[in-house]
Parts: sequence; structure tokens; C-alpha cells
Amino acid sequence: MDIIIIDGLSFALPLFIMAIGGIYCEKSGVTMLAVEGLQGFGAFSGALSAVIFTELWSLNSGKVFYLTLLFAGIGGALFSLLHAFLCLKCNANQVISGVVVNIMAMALTAYFTKILNRILFNAASDKLTLTVSRRITVPVVSEIPLLGAVFTDIYPFEIVIVFIALAAWFLLYKMRFGMHLRACGDNPQAVDAAGCNVLRIRLKAILICGALAGLGGMCFAYSVSASFSAGNYIGYGYLAIAAMIFGNWHILPTLGACLLFGFARSGGYRLVQNLQMPSSYQDLVMILPYLLTLLLLVIFSKHNGAPRALGVVYDKGAR
Amino acid sequence: MEKRSILFSEKRILPLVAIVTSLVVAGVIIAVTGSNPFKAFYALLQGSGLAPKATYAGYKNMLTDFLGYVNFLTPMIFAALAVAVALRAGLFNIGVSGQMLVAGFSASVIVGYSSLNAILAKPLVILIGMAVGGLTGGLLGVLKHRFQVNEVVSSIMFNYIFQYVISFFIYIFFVDPVSRQSRAISQAARLTLVDVQAGNLKMDLPLAVVPALGAVILVWFLFQKTKLGYELKAVGFSPTGAKYAGIKVGSSMVTAMTISGMLAGLAGVSYYLGYVGSIQPRVLVSTGFDAVAVSLLGGNHPVGILFATMLISMIGKGSTYMKSAAGVDPEIASVIIGIILVFSTCNMMSLWKRKRR
Repeated sequence: MDIIIIDGLSFALPLFIMAIGGIYCEKSGVTMLAVEGLQGFGAFSGALSAVIFTELWSLNSGKVFYLTLLFAGIGGALFSLLHAFLCLKCNANQVISGVVVNIMAMALTAYFTKILNRILFNAASDKLTLTVSRRITVPVVSEIPLLGAVFTDIYPFEIVIVFIALAAWFLLYKMRFGMHLRACGDNPQAVDAAGCNVLRIRLKAILICGALAGLGGMCFAYSVSASFSAGNYIGYGYLAIAAMIFGNWHILPTLGACLLFGFARSGGYRLVQNLQMPSSYQDLVMILPYLLTLLLLVIFSKHNGAPRALGVVYDKGAR
Repeated sequence: MEKRSILFSEKRILPLVAIVTSLVVAGVIIAVTGSNPFKAFYALLQGSGLAPKATYAGYKNMLTDFLGYVNFLTPMIFAALAVAVALRAGLFNIGVSGQMLVAGFSASVIVGYSSLNAILAKPLVILIGMAVGGLTGGLLGVLKHRFQVNEVVSSIMFNYIFQYVISFFIYIFFVDPVSRQSRAISQAARLTLVDVQAGNLKMDLPLAVVPALGAVILVWFLFQKTKLGYELKAVGFSPTGAKYAGIKVGSSMVTAMTISGMLAGLAGVSYYLGYVGSIQPRVLVSTGFDAVAVSLLGGNHPVGILFATMLISMIGKGSTYMKSAAGVDPEIASVIIGIILVFSTCNMMSLWKRKRR
């Protein structure tokens, strides 16, 4: 039971931070299907910075960990500029633009990983290896039965995510910028009339989304495989989007959706292990989060309230 | 109204601009990494049998290379048409790869491992591909229509579900212990005649290219000449307008996704039972995703798609030879395709015009 909670949390929290990114972007009225590509590119830039810090400059790995998270965020934000360019500057179809960003991220990171491995290490490898992240157990609290598992064996990034999520919640619901951002998704003309620049707010929203998605991707790179490779693209970005839709574009319900995904996944793995099934049955467990996503979407898509101006190109003259 | 020459209309210039720009960008990347871009691009032509290589292995020459290239591009024609039909109706079918997999798997299991003779097996493979693909596509359409599930997210979820479920079945029932892939299908069921000896050449004859060209004509006919095609276009252009005109928007969406799925199914059988002949578990082919690039580049028009397929497949097929001839990593192929995608999405002409205004 403890293991289900520990593994579930370490899966759910990165998913949650990516979903928050999606919420920011879609609340501002820009459709965001590019989370998958942004998390991949973020993980790539984070892993690259980690490799440069540890292998080339041989820094100690305690501080490097937080630096890589920072660089992952920067990388994701930089790559999200492509989505911003296509959506805001070229008025492209935002759904297509999102998928284009994903395809581009996959192609670029695969190519650069190979090139960098050859230049830096003279090796033919298609992954950037990371150090295994240390895990923290909070002393007293972790002794509590059941609930203590929440404080056992946590990755440092889980704490970072909790703080960022709190800040993101505050910014979106309690600050003036957050109000403008949410208004952009429902009635951009009104925001314009109030004297704000709609496109600039949307650009900021996309950049925040890119940074958060990049951070989430880096956490997956640490927790799932301790490396960056093409294996980082296994659809977690889309899971985050599904969690966001399921959470009705609000931060707290989205956390619930992410936790559900996390526990469904870790619980499924435990089941396979406990029943001692052969490893091929893992494939069946792997579909659990995806199947759950589909079911939830089928049930909830009809009743949700997407931002009204979602996916609509901003036209100043429209009423 | 100013008159425009048909040859140089914006619609035709745009894809060319996209191609040229992306080749320049890719060329710069290749040059920066220390290889000769012109040699690399020429190697793409050579690898696809469109330019002569310096040396050939036994039983091979430019013709066999070219047939290999046609064999490679046939599934792409179907896949790109699948994307285009959906896009015309305002839907985005990113699940082509998953639909290909499920159609190819069904046809392999039902026909590929049976002992039917070739005359029965080959048409049956095509029919099964269309039926299974159509059902899967239709299901996505129903989810969109009845439950308002975003078709992009649902088709990507189905991609993963198909990938894992089918890999489970392959590992349990159909695995070849040596190759770790599904067992090879019977030659009778295969849509490509492999190693046909003619003179001193051994060539692969891709039979599926004939129905692929047929599909190009049929899709063109559907959108230019039929009421159904007109309705689909109207729904894609403006769902509210179409509804006002009395078109059933929901059922049009389901129809569009069904047709799209059928074409994706055909892509699947021509890939898994034509180009390769077995299924690699846990892998989705990139064809369904590259097809988006092809469809956008071809302006969602069947004839445009035919040309775009030839170009994108050349980049995909030639990249292996490019590795050996010019020392460029084959991963650059998907980078080039990605850049083409970006430029064909961003509609550079409109940017340029806005600046001049």
C-alpha cells in the first residue's frame, strides 16, 4: 500500500505541474496540445545542462539538481515560443500547431541527443544519462501509518512542485495578472477594452505553460528512467491535458485527476507483481491510465465549461 | 479584382516556399555539424532510386531502388489521404498510426496466418483493412459527436491502447522467437511481391500502389463531384453555417472519420502486409504522423498530396543511404519533415503580406 502511494505521488505531481501549465495556456484562450513536446524539450535541455555540469565541469550533484530543473523550465519556455509564433503571429490552427510542436520537439531532441553524444563523449548513444535522484524521508511524520507514506521516499522535485503549484494557484486566482489571463480566455475583446494587450498576455501564458511543462518533463526524466531519450515521449503530456479537461480547467480538481492517474498506474503495477504474472502482462497494465483518460473524457466532456474563446484567433474587430 | 496566373497562384507557391526554406534550414544544420549538405541531399535522391548510385549490390540497380521507394511511399499515400479527408471536415485525425496498427494486426491474424490462396487472400486483406480501420475511425467520430470528446486526445489515447494491447497479443500468441516480432505472414496474403526475379534483377513489386492511386482519384471525386463531399467541406468550413443550411453536422463528422479510418486501415495493410510483412510490438510507425506533414504540404488536395508524398517519402527512404554515403545521421530526416511542417503551418505568405501593408 505504501509503495502504491509513493510511486503514485511521484507520477502524479509532475503530471500535475504540466496540467497547471495547460490550464494557464488554455485559460488565456490558446489551445494547448503541445505539452508533450514541451515536456520533452524541457527534459532534453535539463538533461543537457546536467550532463554539462556534472561530466564537464564536475560540479557536485546536490545543487546541480535544482539547476537542471531551472534549465528544463527555461528550455520548455524557449520551445513554447514556437507555439506562440504559430498561434499568435501566424494565426495558424492551434490544434495543428500543437501537434507540429510535438513532432518538431521529438525530431530535434532525437537528432541533437545523437549529435551531442558524438561531440561530447564520442559515443554512439541516443540518450543522455542522469544521476539517480536522491530521495528524502521526513523523519517524524513518516512514522504515521498509511498517511506517512506521503512523506516517505519523496523525490526533491516533489517539494519543488508543491511550492510552484501553490504559487501558480495564487497567481491565477488572486492576482490582477491572473484575472486578466482568465478574462482573455472568455472575452478577449473586453480585456482589450480595459486597456490590456491580449496577445502579450497570451504570450506570457504560453511561456509559463512551456516552463511548467519543461519542469514536469525533467521530473519524469529523473523518476521514470534517470535519463533523457526518445522514451520520454510516451504520452504523459496528453495525460496532463486529459487531467486538465477532467478537472474542468481548475487547478484543485485537476490535482484530483492527476492523483487518480498516479494511483491507478502504481496500483496496476503492484497488482501485476503481486499476482506474479509474466512480464508481458505489463503491457495490459500500461494501458490503464490511457483507458481511464478515455472513460473520464467520455463521461465528463459534455458537462465541462471550456474557456469560451478557446482556440479562437483573436480578432480585434470582432464582437 | 486582379488576375492571377493559375500556375503561380498562392496555393501553389506556398508549399514550394515551405520546402525550399526547410531545405535551406536543414542544409545549414547539416553544414554546422560538419557534413556537406549538397552531398547529403543528393544521397536522398540516390537512396530513393531517383539518381544513380556509384555502386550497386548484386541483383540491384536504380530500378529496384525506385521500386523499393514506391513500396515505401504507398502506405503514405493512404495515410495522408486519411488525414486530409478528416481535415477537410474540420477534424484532426492524429490516430492514423494506431488505426494502421489495428487494421494491419487484424488482417495479419485473420488472413496472414491462414492458408488461403493468393487470389482470395489479397482482396480479403484489403477488405479487412478497410473494415477495421473504418470501424476505429467511426468510433472516434461517434465519441466526438455523442460525447464531445476532443478527437485529438481520444485518438492519441487509442494509439497507446492499441500499441500495448496488440503488443500483448503478439508476445503471447504470435511472436517469432528469433526476431522478437510477430511471425511473418504468408506470401499469398502479402500485398508486395517480394524478390521477383526478372533478368538479373530481384525486385519488390508493390501491388498496393494501384489501389493507392485509385484512392487519390476517388477522394478527388468525393470532394469535387459529390453531395457528400460538399457537405463535409461545408462542415469543415463552418459547422454553424452548415447546420443552418440543413446539413447534419454530427453524422457528417462520423462519416468523415469513418472514411478517414478506412484510408488509414488501407495504409495499415499496405504497410504491415506489404512493405514489411510482420509487426514489431510496442512500436507505432511514424507514417501516421508524417502523414500530417504530407497532407498540410499538399494543401489537403489529393493531387497535391501525391506530390508531397513523393517528396516526404524520399526524405524518409533516402535517409538510410544518406548515413552511409554522406555520414549524416538519419534522424535529420524527421527534423527536415518537422521544419517543413512548421513552415507549411505558419503560412509565410500572409506574414510577408501583412508587413507590406
